[in-house]
Amino acid sequence: MYEKIFEKYSPKKDNLIYILHDIQDQHPQHYISEDAVSEVSEYLRIPFSHIYGVLTFYTMYSTKPRGKNVIRLCESPPCFLKGSENVLRKLKKTLDVKINQTTKDGLFTLELCACLGVCGNAPVMMINDDVYGNLNDEKIDKIINKIRGEK
Amino acid sequence: MKYFRTHILISVDESTIRAGVKNFIASLRNHLDKYSLTDEIGILETGSIGFFGKGLCFVVYPENIIYANVTNEDLNEIVTEHFLKGRPVKRLIVEKPERTQYDFNYKKRIVLENSGIINPEDIEEYIGVGGYEAWEKALLEMKSDDIIEVVKESGLRGRGGAGFPTGLKWSFTAPIKAKQKLVVINADEGEPGTFKDRLIMEGDPHKLIEGIAIACYAVGATKAYIYIRGEYKLCIERLRKAIAQANEYGIIGKDIFGSKFCLEIDIKVGAGAYVCGEETALIESMEGNRGTPRSKPPFPGVKGAWQLPTVVNNVETIANIPSIIKNGADWYSAIGPYKSTGTKVYTVLGDVKMPGLTEVEMGTTLRTIINEYGGGMKDGKKFKAALVGGAAGVFLSDELINVNMDYESLKNYSAVLGSGAILVMNDDADIVDMLWSVIRFFRHESCGKCSPCTNGNELLFKLINDIRNGKGKEEDLNKLIQVSEVMVDTCFCALGQSLLMPIKSAIDNFKDDFLKRMN
Repeated sequence: MYEKIFEKYSPKKDNLIYILHDIQDQHPQHYISEDAVSEVSEYLRIPFSHIYGVLTFYTMYSTKPRGKNVIRLCESPPCFLKGSENVLRKLKKTLDVKINQTTKDGLFTLELCACLGVCGNAPVMMINDDVYGNLNDEKIDKIINKIRGEK
Repeated sequence: MKYFRTHILISVDESTIRAGVKNFIASLRNHLDKYSLTDEIGILETGSIGFFGKGLCFVVYPENIIYANVTNEDLNEIVTEHFLKGRPVKRLIVEKPERTQYDFNYKKRIVLENSGIINPEDIEEYIGVGGYEAWEKALLEMKSDDIIEVVKESGLRGRGGAGFPTGLKWSFTAPIKAKQKLVVINADEGEPGTFKDRLIMEGDPHKLIEGIAIACYAVGATKAYIYIRGEYKLCIERLRKAIAQANEYGIIGKDIFGSKFCLEIDIKVGAGAYVCGEETALIESMEGNRGTPRSKPPFPGVKGAWQLPTVVNNVETIANIPSIIKNGADWYSAIGPYKSTGTKVYTVLGDVKMPGLTEVEMGTTLRTIINEYGGGMKDGKKFKAALVGGAAGVFLSDELINVNMDYESLKNYSAVLGSGAILVMNDDADIVDMLWSVIRFFRHESCGKCSPCTNGNELLFKLINDIRNGKGKEEDLNKLIQVSEVMVDTCFCALGQSLLMPIKSAIDNFKDDFLKRMN
């Protein structure tokens, strides 16, 4: 199932992080399943437990299915100073989810993350690969409604 | 903060004032107003553009088009054609003089000298402004020992936070005989409030490539890796392009410039872990492991990635190298104070008018950085504190606003330059809240390898959480300091040892904020 990805990388352990990124990016639910870990383990000839250890160490990876759009809100001090707590409250309310939960329609997963390096526009969040800055209630409504409209 | 799609930089100096520039600006504003462009186009009055005797002149960014000898009669044409339709008025454009002096919020740029001026995706433009000359000089005219000597004499110190002398670091690895040596660039920029490396890589990726090439030749490495955090998609893309172009031009690769020296540069991507900024954790991550730190010694310079001698340097450090080689150690060491030479890139953010990035001479005061480059305090509010150096930094109060920002001066106040992040807070900010946020960050990022850090962070978070919720006692403040002191003594790596500084400085400088939450 992952041959295309494996073709890109030689079977060396130092390619593990790349491979995991690709597997996760390709999955519509942005996660890495147990089956995938098994296949990677066979391809790289390294233990399942090692891969699982790596997978759960880094915050960008998920072992659980996520929504179509993964929202990662920065909670580091610069964004905190600029009101990330309010943004979090607003997102929870708008999406009707708690942190690390996925909306019932499977469209959004709400996560927190560390500094994204876009602090000049704090508070910021990333939705999949896109960064949204200078957030306030109004902007969040706009962004969420736009994505909801696209589905 | 306002974002403009276009900036007009108008030269207001003695000669243009005489030519009636004030009148012209007023008339320009009227025109922009008439076409509802005032929200899209910003006008900045600058100093001389770098040439004289051409009447009224201005530069339009981002296109970098220079108009000269403009009169009020030409205004309508420029506004309707260029600003509305995007068609520059050719008859008024000046042939580009050699490098115009550019003073847009930056002074004496070294690392960022080309950012915003050249197209980062085109190697020709970098070569056009003198790029890769230093690499050619280093490779063809200098011995590797000479390069290390120049870097040593320049006084360049690591810009990643610790401030270790770069030349000295190289001199440990250079004499080692090994089948392969490596240079690794630490671009895992995770310190909250820091994004200088991102902008260096996005704005001028070839400068980094050039610095890497020189570093590799100096220490005898034939392979280099740039370890970038996974979130920096644009950096990864631009650097990939830059590496491909450099290979195509024979600037890196095999038998470079006929010297027999070979060099391969590759990119490694992270996956979101603050601790990977620690050099040995970064190496573990590169090898495809959990990013937990290794014990030192052996230092990476002796045994690093795959047990090969590995020099790990920060992006900003390496981006200084080409200019040092090109202009010499004396030129560089004349900039900035003794023992802290060169410039530093800062990210100024928080409650300032113009949050952003600036590169200034080492030793510039905090006040100057905030007021001149950060635009001063937003909404006319009063300065209360600055968290300098990221989450692992120090809370400075207004008593220290005149401190010189360099390694040695800050040491006197038990502070550090760190990554160069300056988070400015106004009167409304509450230091207890901020410290809570800092400790929460470390609690989340502790990697779990050693128990002093894992448990220490948990304990610190409980203490600060209680204080924040009004359940703290004054003795808890001592406990916070004691615990973080023990962590300095016992934690495995710098991550766990970092908390003492923000905690102690917050309590020392802003004790009232803590006491307010008690009784």
